[in-house]
Amino acid sequence: MTSNRQNSRNPLHGLWALTNRELKKWYKNPYLLILSIIQPLIWMGLFGRSMNITEIFTKTPITIPQLNPPLTLTQQIQLGRALSNATTQVFLQTFGTSDYFSFMAVGIVSFVTLFTTMFSGMSIVWDRRLGFLNKALSTPVARGAILMSKVFNAVIRSIIQAAIVLGFAFALGLQVGADFTPLNLLGVFAAVFLIGMGLSSIFIAIAIRSTRIETQMAVMNLLNLPLLFTSNALMPTSVMPDWLQLVAKINPITYATDAARQLILYTPMDMQQLVIDFAFLGAFAAIFSTVGILLSWRYLSR
Amino acid sequence: MTETGTGDALVVNELTRIFNKHLVAVDHVSFRVKEGEIFGFLGPNGAGKTTTINMLITVLRPTDGGATVCGYDIAKKPSEVRNCIGVVPQEYTADEDLTGWENILLCADLYGIPRDASVKRAEELLELVELTKFKDKQVATYSGGMRRRLELACGLINRPHLFFLDEPTLGLDVQTRAATWNYIKLLKKEYGMTIFLTTHYLEEADMLCDRVAIIDHGKIVIIGTPEALKEGLGGDIMTVSLKDGNVDISDIIKRVPRVKEVKKQDSTYRVKVEDGEETAPAVLDAIRAEGHKVTRLSLTKPTLDEVYLEYTGKSMREEEESKEAAFRQRVTMRRARGGGR
Repeated sequence: MTSNRQNSRNPLHGLWALTNRELKKWYKNPYLLILSIIQPLIWMGLFGRSMNITEIFTKTPITIPQLNPPLTLTQQIQLGRALSNATTQVFLQTFGTSDYFSFMAVGIVSFVTLFTTMFSGMSIVWDRRLGFLNKALSTPVARGAILMSKVFNAVIRSIIQAAIVLGFAFALGLQVGADFTPLNLLGVFAAVFLIGMGLSSIFIAIAIRSTRIETQMAVMNLLNLPLLFTSNALMPTSVMPDWLQLVAKINPITYATDAARQLILYTPMDMQQLVIDFAFLGAFAAIFSTVGILLSWRYLSR
Repeated sequence: MTETGTGDALVVNELTRIFNKHLVAVDHVSFRVKEGEIFGFLGPNGAGKTTTINMLITVLRPTDGGATVCGYDIAKKPSEVRNCIGVVPQEYTADEDLTGWENILLCADLYGIPRDASVKRAEELLELVELTKFKDKQVATYSGGMRRRLELACGLINRPHLFFLDEPTLGLDVQTRAATWNYIKLLKKEYGMTIFLTTHYLEEADMLCDRVAIIDHGKIVIIGTPEALKEGLGGDIMTVSLKDGNVDISDIIKRVPRVKEVKKQDSTYRVKVEDGEETAPAVLDAIRAEGHKVTRLSLTKPTLDEVYLEYTGKSMREEEESKEAAFRQRVTMRRARGGGR
């Protein structure tokens, strides 16, 4: 404020230091790092592969007992193929890709982001309980920087995890769309950045005055799966009942997932929808991080 | 570094904090801390010590009244206040997953100190608290004393003018406590700060503080130098035992100058005197001059403990602390003792 002040010239000072503090806990602890990478891979590998709905028809020999004379073996195989083709058509129309694994693998990116950002609320409660928050508040660091460091920590972790998930998905046979170029991945990371920013701001806002870890755990348990199931992460919204579609329409995870799928899977890429996705995500991130910062001015100090 | 010209590092004026509209934690407290002094802030648990400190370090908003720290108003210029104070909270706030070095640089970054300057200061401070050898070790491996020293170093990274120490020796063993105090004295000598500290160890306060204030039920009950407070209790206690229990020499003792009060119990007299060292021989002479034989004599100087109990009462306090505060204290004690998690 005054010209002769030696410290704090930059209003953002300390933001990176605080963010890095959180990130170090992660990358300096290999055990935690591996666990947090394995979890989404397990989901993707097991869930994505076991729920391989596309294979149902091709792997099932079709017999129709009412038919007389019964189908010959050749006819059975032909019928199977026909049904399989029909399914592929149906899949392309509802899922946008003929491969459920690919559909699911991209959805896991949103899933990872959701689960990573949820913990940012917890970490502010820990800092309060252990006294670190008071210590930080007694320094001239911007109150908003304390909050945003948690947000950026969650966002950076999410992006790295998303990259790892996608890397494995490619290795396991993710089928990309015709319009895909490696540059599209930057778009995917941008979507993860925005959704992560909005979601972690919300979870921090919920936790900002809380002193109880247990409350935060309950909040996380209450919100995680519903947020996932009311989005298109695991199933396309078009197969949902009307009321659920409505919920999915306001669930930001739907937009992040759709953006990622447009960029990686869909042929052709729906540019108009992609613009809508990013507009929604941008607004979501802007509104909730602003709300978070405003709350931090008011409520971090008590 | 500061622009204060009043000779007071801290001026507290009618400072008040009310929680939840009815719980008065700090009740119109006023006092001053002079430049360069060590000021002790004493009081039972739940008396309002930490609430007061939290308001002074701008972490908690006052409900009423205010304070000026280094010449800056805590409510109007919190940023300036934060720049000129150093805080060592009761808890161990250093991040256990990081090394000592990373922790102290994190503190420097919170103050926005440019990296080249902060590296130099950090090296100097770690050298001073003798942690240079351990600076690249994770804090989780530090002992309680090492953690406390690291906290001290972190609190000094911005060269504070006024240094707040909240229970700096909580949970430490006697040797480590003594060592910690030596570090604090050394740091004060090196950097010439004003120190505001709270402690439960009254002999520490007596030994170190230029002045102490005792707070209870949110109000300052007494303030002054430890010597004046002890004097205020009415002087030293002299105990005299006679061989002969059948005579009463109370009057003889009372006639000696500077004797204030005499109580007889069988053949033993409890005598309240001023300037015990000088008065005791005079009392002895007076008794002997009357031909009585003294078998036992002792002189007790009142300690700050007596002052403290005189003003805060002897009844034990029900802990009125929040769950949160209790949790923090448990963690602090555990870390002080074991070092591990």
